[in-house]
Amino acid sequence: MDFLEYAFMRNALLAILVSSPIFALLGTMVVNKKMAFFSDAIGHSALCGIAVGVVFGFTSRSVSMVIFAILFSVLLNFVKDRTTYGADTIISVFASVAMSLGLVLLSRGGTFNKYSSYLVGDILSITQTEIISLTVCLVLVIVFWVFSYNALSSDNLNRDLARSKGINGKLFDYIFSAFIAVVIMFSIRWIGILLINSLIILPAAASRNISRNTRAYHLWSVVFSVAAGIAGILVSYYTGAPSGPMIVLLLGVTFFVTFVAHSFNKD
Amino acid sequence: MSEHAHKLKDSCHEHCHCIKINNLSVSFGEEKVLDDVSLHMHCGELTVIIGQNGAGKSTLLRAILGQIPHEGNIEFKETKTGNISNVMKIGYVPQTLNIERELPMTVYDLFASFISKYPVWLPKNRKLYGKIKEQLKLFSVEDCIDKQVGKLSGGQLQRVMLSIAVTPMPDLLVLDEPVSGIDENGVRDFYRLVDEMKHKHDLAVLLVSHDLELVRKYADKVVLLDNTILCQGTPAEVFENDSFKSVFGGGAL
Repeated sequence: MDFLEYAFMRNALLAILVSSPIFALLGTMVVNKKMAFFSDAIGHSALCGIAVGVVFGFTSRSVSMVIFAILFSVLLNFVKDRTTYGADTIISVFASVAMSLGLVLLSRGGTFNKYSSYLVGDILSITQTEIISLTVCLVLVIVFWVFSYNALSSDNLNRDLARSKGINGKLFDYIFSAFIAVVIMFSIRWIGILLINSLIILPAAASRNISRNTRAYHLWSVVFSVAAGIAGILVSYYTGAPSGPMIVLLLGVTFFVTFVAHSFNKD
Repeated sequence: MSEHAHKLKDSCHEHCHCIKINNLSVSFGEEKVLDDVSLHMHCGELTVIIGQNGAGKSTLLRAILGQIPHEGNIEFKETKTGNISNVMKIGYVPQTLNIERELPMTVYDLFASFISKYPVWLPKNRKLYGKIKEQLKLFSVEDCIDKQVGKLSGGQLQRVMLSIAVTPMPDLLVLDEPVSGIDENGVRDFYRLVDEMKHKHDLAVLLVSHDLELVRKYADKVVLLDNTILCQGTPAEVFENDSFKSVFGGGAL
């Protein structure tokens, strides 16, 4: 247990313990609603969030990113609901514009290298303040999940039916998208734009392979997410491999193992 | 009138109501999809809407459900007191649900998410579980409560959706074409169930249908729609009407 002697390792493990359940919970609905592309796009547009902060001279980069995330997700949903293009097209348009704008703004004066750490992230650099923000995030997500999961789920099954029961699914849909956007922005610095979506999609996808009801689906998603997170950091500590990709690799293995287990176990 | 029939009529009157749709019109941009539709529905009565594709059947249902903007109004009147109320409980059975075979969701999860605020990802709520089982019993599918929704047969899913629609018991039950995914026996079965519910709970039922044979057998009132009401009345009246023949052709039945 020599790794616990290092403050950066203790912080990284704490950060994973707090953040992986967030990804696991949100991921269950992202997968059910087939929104994987949406969360990926939000991750990519994070660059634009950073750029906006730099341009307007916000002192706290997190604040500008969060505001940007909420505006971006709400605007995206709004446009998506009002056009007849498929959602994937609209998401693609928004994400490419946001990412390119971010790249252009951040490259002024040829300084983009300064920001390249956002692409792959570095969990070992996480600070205690960030861990506290993540903890607040976790509490908010759990509260949101208690109050909105049924509405999100029923709305996804059939919006008209949900509305006939007095459930305003659209509202929850907007809040849910904003939540995903905010969580991604918070995590981008230490997970990285290229990997963030895997942490949302893979635990839920692996869990779906072996779950038959909503409770098992949530439980296994959280278990896989936390276990792969901790194991990934430890493996990377002992082997020197980067921690983010290591976590994603372990989640990938989990997905294929559960997938095979499921194929052998069909009723 | 026999004594039994008399009693029935009396018991009906206690909570009987009638639903009036007055001059309902719906436009999508320039195009008028529904024009001046007026319709009366009574409890214990099955009203069936028929018409070709694109006649505005689904639009009419969605307008009644309050999900698209429309002109005209819908009145809900208690027959006994004459009170007009704007709060009408509508039970709705949609054409389909967005589910896949492997979706990790049981009938309990599905049902609870529509009728309860207790989060379905937390351990099962016993009271809620009991209530859902009771409601599923109305349509003899209580054994399905722990089954995965994607693995139900079409007929079982129809019954589950009917149970959801009548929880709580609505003033008006609205059913969208119950044809997709179930075989001919399933459709027959569905009509039988709706008929049974109608009598047992004195429900006003509005149904969009394609199956003219079953409509003739079960409907109390038929409405022929083609952007506006072409004719309405008993099945016999409508099926003999000239506009019916021109819409469906003489050999439809």
